Amino acid sequence: MNGEGSPASRAPGRSLELGGVAYGSRLILGTGKYATPALMEESLEASGTEIVTVAVRRIDLSSGGRGSLLDSPGLSRYTILPNTAGCYSAEEAVRTALLARELGLSSLLKLEVIGDPRTLFPDVEGLLQATRVLVKEGFTVLPYTSDDLVIAKKLRDAGAAAIMPLGAPIGSGLGIQNRNHLRLLLQEIRDIPVIVDAGVGTASDAAIAMELGCDGVLMNTGVAGAKNPVQMARAMRMAVQAGRLAFEAGRVPRKLYASASSPEEMMIE
Amino acid sequence: MKVFVNGEQRQCPDRTTIAALLRALELPEGRIAVERNREVVPRSRHSDTELAEGDRLELVRFVGGG
Repeated sequence: MNGEGSPASRAPGRSLELGGVAYGSRLILGTGKYATPALMEESLEASGTEIVTVAVRRIDLSSGGRGSLLDSPGLSRYTILPNTAGCYSAEEAVRTALLARELGLSSLLKLEVIGDPRTLFPDVEGLLQATRVLVKEGFTVLPYTSDDLVIAKKLRDAGAAAIMPLGAPIGSGLGIQNRNHLRLLLQEIRDIPVIVDAGVGTASDAAIAMELGCDGVLMNTGVAGAKNPVQMARAMRMAVQAGRLAFEAGRVPRKLYASASSPEEMMIE
Repeated sequence: MKVFVNGEQRQCPDRTTIAALLRALELPEGRIAVERNREVVPRSRHSDTELAEGDRLELVRFVGGG
């Protein structure tokens, strides 16, 4: 816990591990906001993701319960990651999590406790409270949180299985707003994955997150809201791979002055 | 007796079980999770859990989301 050494999840070449399972893709995709289920399935496929998020909502009794997302046969091959989106208290989030587990028979959970309706920023106090309860209940808790190191450490110490800081407000597409906060998180949280969750608007945003050394990226609007979601999904797949490769390769240091790439001797006179 | 299902008031016969209620609502049991008075009722208990007057039920499913 002292921030020393090389964490398993951040070692070169290792895959993203969540709840004891290794995943080949470091990209996690949401299933909301797609114009049609077919477009969603095609986008998920193009992204190469292995984990998809879903929300828990009341059944519309007039529809006879049809139209459950999991009726899409194309979703059966993905690991389902339920969220507690829309919950404004720890209690509500815990209830939603227990219902999600009953629906999905898995303990994986993207925990959200929202504190403000316009920014959808997390209520980190409620988040920590809910994390403690749900870890005790046996959940693999992946909390959506702010990019604040102090709360991240508290979540980690409470038993969170990953830290999922926002890059920017949910659905804003503003990209990674505070790289230095992410860098600090990555320095100090070394024993569990750090996954950027929210704010990614285009491929370079995902690449930046991965170049910084994040273990994964979670996005929904960035793909679903693009003019061509399938093509953007492919772009995101490549960006996450490219960013990861660049991180593992180790970038050159930044310098103020030029450094010639061609020999400076043996010039003709 | 009256119960509340997803916030709506409904009439059902006394001692209706959760399984019977889902059948009456023509809901497929498999894809639904049920909470009764803020406690999840596991699927295995749907057929032997009888509702009581004023019970509040939440019937939920997965939908698209981030």
